[in-house]
Amino acid sequence: MLEDLAMLYQALPYLLKGSIVTIELVAGALALGLVVGIPMAAGQVYGSKPVSKIISFYVWFFRGLPVLVLLFLFYFGLFPLLNLDLSAFAAAVLVLGLRSTAYQSQIFRGSIQSLGSGQMLAARSIGMSRFKAICHIILPQALRISIPGWSNEYSIILKDSAITYALGVMEILTRGNFIATRTYKPMPVFLTCAVIFLILTYGGVKLLDLLEKKVRTPGYGGRR
Amino acid sequence: MGEFYFIRDILLPPLLEGTIVTLKLIVLSIPPGLIIGILMAVGRVYGNKLISSLCTGYVAFFRGTPLLVQLFILYYGLPSLGIFFSPLTAAVIGFTLCSGAYHSEYIRGAIQSIKSGQMMAAESLGMSRFKAILYIILPQALRRAIPGCSNEIIYLVKYSSLAFMVTCIELTGAGKIIASRYFKYTEVFLVIGIIYLLMVSVVTKLLNSLEKKVRIPGLEVGK
Repeated sequence: MLEDLAMLYQALPYLLKGSIVTIELVAGALALGLVVGIPMAAGQVYGSKPVSKIISFYVWFFRGLPVLVLLFLFYFGLFPLLNLDLSAFAAAVLVLGLRSTAYQSQIFRGSIQSLGSGQMLAARSIGMSRFKAICHIILPQALRISIPGWSNEYSIILKDSAITYALGVMEILTRGNFIATRTYKPMPVFLTCAVIFLILTYGGVKLLDLLEKKVRTPGYGGRR
Repeated sequence: MGEFYFIRDILLPPLLEGTIVTLKLIVLSIPPGLIIGILMAVGRVYGNKLISSLCTGYVAFFRGTPLLVQLFILYYGLPSLGIFFSPLTAAVIGFTLCSGAYHSEYIRGAIQSIKSGQMMAAESLGMSRFKAILYIILPQALRRAIPGCSNEIIYLVKYSSLAFMVTCIELTGAGKIIASRYFKYTEVFLVIGIIYLLMVSVVTKLLNSLEKKVRIPGLEVGK
């Protein structure tokens, strides 16, 4: 027991460096998903038929495949085929991000549709263009409603980031695996990894809860 | 043409074997996962303080850590305590424990959405609490939980690919072996992707028709 603790004490800085890589992975993927997901959601709701068809296909594809298959397909298959020489980390951010785009677009679509079409009609009737109405009327309301779903997405991406172990990205679990093979003490090492993930999951969810409270419009969306 | 023969003669036979292992993983994990989900949900809603906090802790752990870490603990960690599992068993246990935690959240929500009058009415008829839960609450709650639990089962279909990380050669694993041997990653993983999409679509259809089948007319939520 005591030597386990001594070993963990030595290993902890190495693992914590991994948690920084994990956080970078998650932040990159979530940011990509956010930037692409919002226009995609707007496109699916307000776009023309072909646009919304293409977006639906994209979403269907990325939501229907396991992360592991996507990682293998892109990192070993499609990226080399397109002559993209990406590091494992960059490929992982891209794949997790593309996948998160699909999920996030559905979160935002749900909130946009929950607003009721009257908002759009009212905005149009006071002379706003469709684009302006989406930017200034629809999205500020929809994004606020999306925060609980988005916090869910955060915890999913965080946990999926561990799967990038399969590409050898130096995140928490990959480093944990190195230590476990080196010291031959898998149990304490993987339990430590689990605890780090627990802290990251619930810490992040708490932060997003605070954000939701902070940006809430008083008297609005008070169903909870 | 070479591609066609590659896919038909070299790729598909091992992929089919892998698909069978994947289906085995899924089918073996669903029922015990649901049972754990029901027990945890009932324990959290109706249990005393100790039971309900134990159940909450279980759910928090399995929902807060990556499935892959759980599988590593089961497959690489437990042997140091003298407990050995085969890759398939370790994967099934991991999937069961994890999906049980997720199921319990959906079922708990469904139980809490049943009005408390139901419980009071059952008890006033002389039913014990246990009987009331079994015959009055759960039959209603489980129906309401179907959409959520369906989602979780679809996740399970996709996350079954993680069994490969603990050396269980299922669909993804079988494909990875062929892909590395022939260096045809794009083709192989596109075919695998199609198989997963097929499985997900079939499971979705099946669960939707189950939901329709067990629906009680007039008791739907929000329809």
